[in-house]
Amino acid sequence: MFFLGPEEGHYALAFACVLALAQFILPLWGAARGIRLLLDMASRLAFAQFIALSYAFVSLIACAVGDDFSVQNVAANSAISKPLLYKITGVWGNHEGSVLLWALILSLCGGAVALLGRGLPLILKARVLAILGGVSTGFQLFCLLTSNPFARIWPAPADGQGMNPLLQDPGLAFHPPVLYTGYVGFAVPFAFAVAALIEGRVDAAWGRWVRPWAVAAWCFLTCGIAMGSWWSYYVLGWGGYWFWDPVENASLIPWLTGTALVHSAIVVEKRDALRIWTVLLAIASFSFSLSGTFLVRSGILNSVHAFANDPARGVFILGLLAIVIGGSLALFAWRAPGLSAGGLFAPVSREGGLVLNNILLCALCAVVVTGTMYPPFMQILTGRTLSVGKPFFDATTIPLALPLLAAMGLGTLLPWKRGHLLPALRRLRIAGVIAAIALIGGSFLLEGILPVLCAAAALWVIAASVVDLASKLGLRGGLHVLRQRLPRLPRAVWGSTLAHIGIGVTVLGITGMSQAQHNVVEIGLGETIHQGALDWTLLSVRQEAGPNYRALIADLSVSKHGRVVATLHPSRRDFESQHQVTTDVAIRTNLMRDLYAALGESHGQGSSARYVLRLHNNPLAPWIWLGGVVMALGGALSLSDRRHRFGAPRKPSQAVAGEGS
Amino acid sequence: MTGLTRRRALMTLPIAGAGLAGFGCWKMLSAMQDGSFDPRAIRLDKNERPIPDFVLPGIPGLGDGFDTSMLRQATQPVLINFFASWCIPCVAEMAALRVISQRIALWGIAYKDKPDDARRFVSRDGSPYRRTALDQSGMTAIDWGVSGVPESFLVLPGGQIAWHGTAALDETQFEQHVLPIAAGTR
Repeated sequence: MFFLGPEEGHYALAFACVLALAQFILPLWGAARGIRLLLDMASRLAFAQFIALSYAFVSLIACAVGDDFSVQNVAANSAISKPLLYKITGVWGNHEGSVLLWALILSLCGGAVALLGRGLPLILKARVLAILGGVSTGFQLFCLLTSNPFARIWPAPADGQGMNPLLQDPGLAFHPPVLYTGYVGFAVPFAFAVAALIEGRVDAAWGRWVRPWAVAAWCFLTCGIAMGSWWSYYVLGWGGYWFWDPVENASLIPWLTGTALVHSAIVVEKRDALRIWTVLLAIASFSFSLSGTFLVRSGILNSVHAFANDPARGVFILGLLAIVIGGSLALFAWRAPGLSAGGLFAPVSREGGLVLNNILLCALCAVVVTGTMYPPFMQILTGRTLSVGKPFFDATTIPLALPLLAAMGLGTLLPWKRGHLLPALRRLRIAGVIAAIALIGGSFLLEGILPVLCAAAALWVIAASVVDLASKLGLRGGLHVLRQRLPRLPRAVWGSTLAHIGIGVTVLGITGMSQAQHNVVEIGLGETIHQGALDWTLLSVRQEAGPNYRALIADLSVSKHGRVVATLHPSRRDFESQHQVTTDVAIRTNLMRDLYAALGESHGQGSSARYVLRLHNNPLAPWIWLGGVVMALGGALSLSDRRHRFGAPRKPSQAVAGEGS
Repeated sequence: MTGLTRRRALMTLPIAGAGLAGFGCWKMLSAMQDGSFDPRAIRLDKNERPIPDFVLPGIPGLGDGFDTSMLRQATQPVLINFFASWCIPCVAEMAALRVISQRIALWGIAYKDKPDDARRFVSRDGSPYRRTALDQSGMTAIDWGVSGVPESFLVLPGGQIAWHGTAALDETQFEQHVLPIAAGTR
């Protein structure tokens, strides 16, 4: 494909970088001098940059699909025998390609603002696009100067080195784009925040414009984190779903500040309060997204998901971060004190509840940041090395999460400005009864005090959300009230209810997982392991040949009280060309519990052979990810609300509020 | 202080914090480049983490393997060393391990290795290990938190991991980091 070769791609990338630089400078100049022509160019430059970058990305895919091993990136990560799907997805399975994907999504965000932000005031829109262009310029320079995906090698090898077989998995293939969209999506609220600081004005209209972008990014990030957690559950074969690994934490931190942002933006929109705080949250969410990437790629934090680390790249990204984060925070320190404070409210009110939500989420975020960054900082300061792991995070996050859940149930029932706790609590008495039953029942059924509290808190959130929805629908008033209210209830209400229920479902799943039974055993053919009420029997073990691996497959039957409930076939794949063995976990779920088996190694021959097996009975495990999906659906539903629909016509009064400056 | 100056001071806090963090990261990066800072060296606090459950077979010809309970019942600290015959730093580490093995019980786990290669590798110049085991699939290594070979763990009696080193051990490192913990001085 001569017109999609590596040189064309390289050129398109450089061209996109120039366009991004123009997108950064010209609109800002135009906004400062009031030159209409330059303001109008912002959108066109954003579209052009997106097209140029798409061309570069498609070129790289063409190189990978066409097995052009003179391109170093393709030679190092692909091979002729690789299935077509993984040739394509392998493009972003490595450092260089993933940076290009990151830049592509960033330019997509710019294009989306240009396209969907028709209702925005011209100057604000130009400034937002300029900031996005500036960040794009930095990332494309990073790509061009330190991680060029189009670099050539000579002589070109006859075949590539292949890809890590662990990454040959459909779940992982689509995980990075979703996660990156979440990370990069927060660039839009960031750009809105910086633009507002330049303008020196934040108002309710600003809150209404920024919120859908924050919600969209939050939805993608939620999905991305859930997919990553699910991948480590069923591919790595360790039987866990979250390891407090630095890479996982790097995705959780912006999720926490992003969740706070989504909520505090409501207060800006409805009550015109918490403006400065919301601006700071918008800056922080994107800053954490960026620094997480930096810390992982530079090798300061090491992890199982390691990319090739390179301190030289680290220096470049650190410089980029200093400009983006340092610049925006310096602007914040300069302009924010001049912003007027917003409306007042009593501590017990909807605003008060949202402030509490923000405080707890930020405290959680601070805890995760501390736990993640403490080891390298202690090492550089004192020379002592240590590691912070699951015990620390369990002990610190759960005590913060419990009051957050408790407040979540109550918050949505409080009225704006000034409320009273007692009437709200009275309306929640059914939810209270359910939580109390869970507390009592749980203390008999569950091991440990924290799981009991978590289960009760999760049921409290779910019940309170349902009660709240029911009262908004006027279920007490009978069918005719319902018929009146049902079509009028905004989708945002449905969305927030669903998202809150999703959190409850995830917490229930996590609670269930804490009660998992697991054994690592070494057994021979025909032997049976008793695990609670379950009996696991190893029936047979067979060999099978795959396209580029040999598989050893075990047949396990699981029975309960003598009745077979499932047969599982965990296997181990030996990729000889890469000297790597992967485990293929067998999971049988009925949505209330997962039976999970992983095959370890074997030794001995024939009938005396013995096999290491990891056997789990994980109650409620699927709910962890189901809850994530429900949360993201809730966000999507609230995005589709009329008020937030991007193209929705503005009321005249709001149009006036948005004009000027 | 007037209200506005207080506000100004408050609003400078984020950039001050970010600046400090950025400066720390810059120090780390420059120290990484001259080799004085290695984020992969990890020391766990005492009783931080119990050893994972595992059962490993022996390397054929070098006796039986070992499992969690044997390690837990050990009456003295044991240094567990993950190695592989295909790993160059492991070859270089062997000489140091022979010296170290005079001072502490050293048990070896061959990681993703062919049994014959592992046997030849261990017995080439005399084995430093009191016991050896074979983790052919690497699953046990994953449970331990091994990210690559060679890595070593100090296991105290009762089965608590007290130290984790993620690079090839040498004698000075052993004396500075491992021995004090093993001797109970830390």
